[in-house]
Amino acid sequence: MTETTTRQDWQSNQEVRWCPGCGDYTILASVQNFMADLGVARENTVFVSGIGCSSRFPYYMNTYGMHSIHGRAPAIASGLAVARPDLSVWVVTGDGDALSIGGNHLIHAMRRNVNIKVLLFNNQIYGLTKGQYSPTSEKGKRTKSSPMGSVDTPFNPVSLALGAEASFVARTIDMDRDHTVAMLEAASQHQGSAFIEIYQNCNVFNDKAFEALTGKEERSENRINLEHGKPVTFGPNDEHGVMIFDGTPHIVEVAEVGLASLHVHDAHAESPAAAFALSRLAHGPFGPTPIGVFRDVPRSTYEADLDRQILDAQTSRGPGNLQDLVTSSGSWVVE
Amino acid sequence: MQLAGARFTEASAIFGNDLSTFPSYPAEIRAPADTLGGVSTFQVHIADRDILTPGDHPDVLVAMNPAALKANLADLQPAGTLVVNTDAFTERRWTKAGYTANPLEDGTLDAFTVLPVPMEELTKKAVEETGLKGRGVLRSKNFLALGVLAWMYGRPVEPTIKWIESKFGSTPEVLAANTNAFKAGYNLGITTEVFRHTYEVKPAKMEPGTYANVTGNQAVAWGIIAAGQAAKLPVFYASYPITPASDILHELARRRNFGVRTFQAEDEIGAAGAALGAAFGGHLAVTGTSGPGLALKSETISLALMTELPMLIVDVQRGGPSTGLPTKTEQSDLLMALYGRHGESPLPVVAVGSPSDAFETTIEAVRIALKYMTPVILLSDGYIANGAEPWRLPDLEALPDISVPFQTELNSPDRYLPYLRDPATLSRPWAIPGTAGLQHRIGGLEKVDGTGAVGYDGPNHELMTDYRERKIAGIADDIPDIEVDGEEGATVLVLGWGSTSSAIHAAVRMVRHQGAKVARAHLRHLNPFPRNLGEVLGSYQKVLVPELNRGQLWRLLRAEYLLDCTRFSKVQGEPFKTGEIRDKILELIEA
Repeated sequence: MTETTTRQDWQSNQEVRWCPGCGDYTILASVQNFMADLGVARENTVFVSGIGCSSRFPYYMNTYGMHSIHGRAPAIASGLAVARPDLSVWVVTGDGDALSIGGNHLIHAMRRNVNIKVLLFNNQIYGLTKGQYSPTSEKGKRTKSSPMGSVDTPFNPVSLALGAEASFVARTIDMDRDHTVAMLEAASQHQGSAFIEIYQNCNVFNDKAFEALTGKEERSENRINLEHGKPVTFGPNDEHGVMIFDGTPHIVEVAEVGLASLHVHDAHAESPAAAFALSRLAHGPFGPTPIGVFRDVPRSTYEADLDRQILDAQTSRGPGNLQDLVTSSGSWVVE
Repeated sequence: MQLAGARFTEASAIFGNDLSTFPSYPAEIRAPADTLGGVSTFQVHIADRDILTPGDHPDVLVAMNPAALKANLADLQPAGTLVVNTDAFTERRWTKAGYTANPLEDGTLDAFTVLPVPMEELTKKAVEETGLKGRGVLRSKNFLALGVLAWMYGRPVEPTIKWIESKFGSTPEVLAANTNAFKAGYNLGITTEVFRHTYEVKPAKMEPGTYANVTGNQAVAWGIIAAGQAAKLPVFYASYPITPASDILHELARRRNFGVRTFQAEDEIGAAGAALGAAFGGHLAVTGTSGPGLALKSETISLALMTELPMLIVDVQRGGPSTGLPTKTEQSDLLMALYGRHGESPLPVVAVGSPSDAFETTIEAVRIALKYMTPVILLSDGYIANGAEPWRLPDLEALPDISVPFQTELNSPDRYLPYLRDPATLSRPWAIPGTAGLQHRIGGLEKVDGTGAVGYDGPNHELMTDYRERKIAGIADDIPDIEVDGEEGATVLVLGWGSTSSAIHAAVRMVRHQGAKVARAHLRHLNPFPRNLGEVLGSYQKVLVPELNRGQLWRLLRAEYLLDCTRFSKVQGEPFKTGEIRDKILELIEA
């Protein structure tokens, strides 16, 4: 029972309270527009979040929602999605929420392939606690908690998701609304866990972190748009390309190696090896960085497998009977 | 040994004895052989009358090796019977157990009737023709011992043989070996002159009805399934493996045909989170654990409390703190259940009293969770979890209807108010995703009264804190008064909760048998307390509170009622012996 909705129908009555200029506004608009176009019912849609700036997201959606506790959104969403396969369940999280305090829940939700869509707003900083380095901050970053520079090696979220057996992994950028919507569209078509890393600018504590991919001058040199079935090229005139050999990605000049030598992106490849290699092109968005769908492979979902077991058990043993249950290991009658 | 104990118990149950068991095993899966720490025991008490505990002092001890003898001999009844596996009493092995001489020969056992059985030799002979070879052969010796006991106690043979067939049917040589060993043990009893007497324990006179032998974990699992039916909700059980709670997960995982969804989470926090997600989705959400896991779940429980979603948390307590005594019993999580959360976070706490009480108490805990839209902690412990006793089956057709209707329509003229409370229960409505027009957002931030919007306003926070407190406190009007098993003129009341109930009950019987007067009461609801509890306690000169902790209920009673009760504490990883409580009661009466 879908009805035609507009972006306004997906807006809640809550005043949006992110800092002016925050990338979250753009993502919110993209998601609301996308939801209106998707044609699903608001009441069958649930947004679950953890703690952090991004996790205020559910308050602004006219859907069901839970703003939960730090790092636990993937666990809560998993329970909801397993209990209610009829719902469309989305997780909104940040780099600290998903990759630091909630890392365990995230990786296990990925490997189980529970039908949840995880939107990780990566701004490479702790915003809500006012500016500490996060698990995606670059090494050497000076913040309040790392005045001499961070000595932590950061995660690469796409590499992490691929390593966690995710069946769908993508990356996009807050400012590119069309690309964001395309990634949301692909994720929503996917059966099972979908992971989208969204580079999101925090203009207060980590402004211009993604300048290499968003700046007018730099972006055409650095954005590598992954497209399934196409050779991986980039640059203003697609003059650069990517080759993968010995499991390692290499940036090459198309003129030197020829188009035919380039890696042809296969998002549906059973092995995540090439996708992983692509994810290693950039360790942080400071040079040429791929965006798009890294991996999108079919795999049965956790809840479908579980429901099948229930159906099988009910077919073979009949629906449960309490009397039989309590006497299942023997009983006797006292007259 | 646990297997042999369980089989003897089943055979006794089928024979119609009343019974009570106390399995106890080391934390290590394959603990070092022949050491005191590696001894696995199974204590079973069978009777032709209504009994309450596994007994303080067994009449018969079967010792499979010197370490088992050393660890348990002190408990054996004076002049009791010892069945000893003589093959195990080599110098190396009795030395390892800490003996300086062979206890079979140095007079250590003079006060007992010793039945020496070369179990290993006999087992080898019995198994010879089955084709079983190597180390597997001696595994059958537990069945030989079981056969000896079956003969001594006149247990029916058929149920055990049938059980061996069903259990080992897929490996014919093991099946044959265990069957042969069992029969050899039984026949040994018949044919040798060593066994001069057998014990005859006739069927007990029990209340008419249909009985099943249950362990606490089994009954909690079944209670959860029954509660789902009584509430007309699908069951979602999320858990992370932990001793001694895992058997609840195992039992529920076998019951897919009831529509039960089990979710083995990545960790304790994930299990609590998944359960909360399922609760938001309108399922009967349960998570089970033991003390360390309850600590990990506490933040999520606070979220359940703030979002006012119904959820059951089962804590099968064990010896703590930290990893503590993971396979031993204790009641030391009571204060954590009541207070182990951040902020002002009251929630109902209900405790299982015995394996046969677990089914009904679990349903009661779920009833409270649903009616009051709150997380509820159900306390069990290792003794209840693994112990077994006959349970008179309730009328399953007459389970109470504990269902709570979901909110399906607006509850104010123009919008849905997720925190508009029922004036009687102070409970908020439960509108689940999928319900058109009632979309709303909940979360851990403080809620504005009624609308559920985020509210940072101080007076509103105080109002909501007060609502949450009064909601839980008000449950006292919805639970029965505490009943006293009293005697005219008794001056001492013994108050217990949880698994101490059986030892307290048995001790009170003994005291009365000796001609003294004493009263007894058992608490199922630990938060809130029954309305009449203060009045009841105040009407006795002395109140004795035996607990397998350092006095946690005792502390609560003093705080709540300004009453100087008497604490009786034991933290040895074991239940109270009846005699310990009896002596303490007599001491108080005489003081």
